[in-house]
Amino acid sequence: MSLDPATIRRIAKLSRIRVEDAEVAKLQTELNAILGWIEQLNEVDVSDIEPLSGGATMALPMREDVVSDGGIAEKVLANAPDRAGEFFAVPKVVE
Amino acid sequence: MLTDFSIAAAAKGLRNRAFSARELTQAHLHAIDALNPRINAYITVTPELALAQADTADKALAAGEAGPLAGIPLAIKDLFCTEGVRTTAASKILSPFIPPYESTVTAQLKRDGAVFLGKSNLDEFAMGSSNMTSAFGPVENPWKRRGDDDTILVPGGSSGGSAAAVAARMALGATATDTGGSIRQPASFCGIAGIKPTYGRCSRYGVVAFASSLDQAGPVARNVEDCAILLNSMAGYDPKDSTSANIAVPDFAAAVGRGVKGLKIGIPREYRPEGLSAEIEALWQQGMAWLRDEGAEIVDVSLPHTKYGLATYYIVAPAEASSNLARYDGVRFGARVEGHDLGDLYERTRAAGFGAEVKRRIMIGTYVLSAGYYDAYYLRAQKLRTLILRDFTDAFRTVDALLTPTTPTAAFAAGENMDDPVTMYLNDIFTVTANIAGIPGLSVPAGLDGKGLPLGLQILGRPFDEETVFAVGGSIERAAGFAALPRIRAGVAL
Repeated sequence: MSLDPATIRRIAKLSRIRVEDAEVAKLQTELNAILGWIEQLNEVDVSDIEPLSGGATMALPMREDVVSDGGIAEKVLANAPDRAGEFFAVPKVVE
Repeated sequence: MLTDFSIAAAAKGLRNRAFSARELTQAHLHAIDALNPRINAYITVTPELALAQADTADKALAAGEAGPLAGIPLAIKDLFCTEGVRTTAASKILSPFIPPYESTVTAQLKRDGAVFLGKSNLDEFAMGSSNMTSAFGPVENPWKRRGDDDTILVPGGSSGGSAAAVAARMALGATATDTGGSIRQPASFCGIAGIKPTYGRCSRYGVVAFASSLDQAGPVARNVEDCAILLNSMAGYDPKDSTSANIAVPDFAAAVGRGVKGLKIGIPREYRPEGLSAEIEALWQQGMAWLRDEGAEIVDVSLPHTKYGLATYYIVAPAEASSNLARYDGVRFGARVEGHDLGDLYERTRAAGFGAEVKRRIMIGTYVLSAGYYDAYYLRAQKLRTLILRDFTDAFRTVDALLTPTTPTAAFAAGENMDDPVTMYLNDIFTVTANIAGIPGLSVPAGLDGKGLPLGLQILGRPFDEETVFAVGGSIERAAGFAALPRIRAGVAL
């Protein structure tokens, strides 16, 4: 299947990446080339095959539900592009 | 020169006080001063920190309390968080980021006394096979085609800075990471050794995430023993990474000299794609002959789903990347571009902060996970993953390890393979299935092509059997006697 310009814009929106009108055609060509190449997987019969999510073969471990860290607000905020007191600051969201 | 030592020999020299850790570190800092403006292997150099660590190592050596890596100068791929030292992932979006914590792998290297020279260059977020996608500029491979000092070759990727730094003697070894071949391919292109251990062997805590089910840290160094020494320090269970394996770390270095007598080595017949160069085929045959001479039995095996490895990877890896990279939104850390509302801020920040390859992968990943397409792409890829793992499991019933070429070509020139993304992806055709299956893979420099460029052979092994992989790699290394040097290196600025 082939992606049209509207789909490219929709994917960009879902990805939260601003795409200028002039970039759409190039992205359409590139993403369609990649997806076209991926289509080769349709040759393989995967009925009755269980999906595998990862390389780790062991079960994920459980741990105690306890606080093991914290009280480091300054460290956490040190890399913030903008802050207000002990909070991250962003443009106004709710009027 | 001090920069020519192996890690094993340097550790011995430091213990015998033949030279100090400060002298060894200074020699490497001089090499970096001379070569880095051209090679661009380091994004950040930390001379003061390195010399302070060297002085600490000298004190520990004098007191007889030195760790196994005391005074060994290393490059750290700029994907490992280092407390108080900028960590960029070679991306504009992380260019202002100074981690408040240390990755487990680098913490363990520090525990053992290593000296960190700086943070090495890579493809942006480790997405690439040429180091051309770094926001901090490409890395030059210190090797040159014979008689052609002008053409700039790529070091491979994504760990291109780590591999170039080690090859050019700007570090004795380096940390690296491998999601589809990012340790083994640059090692092969730069004439050095590198191992991607079993998934779960090294903690991923504090390593900037790309594709979490495929990412694995490992070392690059100038020989197999040095890789084993570094991996011994880097590996081990870490409760901070829920996929870290609670399995004892054996003495990898002891396995390097074990030999291959009685081992069965599989040769996968699917690793001969159309157009594989005659030189690489010949080197592969030579590798088989070396192992046979050392007492191994060479066995033909089949890995029937090999050809689907890359396409599977280019669904799974972008899907995981689109999720992992959602955190870069200009709010809690990293670069921000202001917008008229929060959504606009996100979109502008990510448009300006990510490079073209990263954006492509996020968008592909978003698409294959989106409603209506999940089953057709992502679920199908996960089923292919089962089939690829099954191929290896079946093969390892009859053989102890597999021998393959590491890459389909030697290092290519900067600008080549850039026309369309898929051509670049094909570089990882021999390496990517090890990530999909989670098995260990080692690249060993084994010879030169007709133009004088290094070529590597790859050894793949059973999960958590790096020892056999090291044993086979050690045998190949001894038989190959690879002694060629890159054109540009410490003391030879060109």
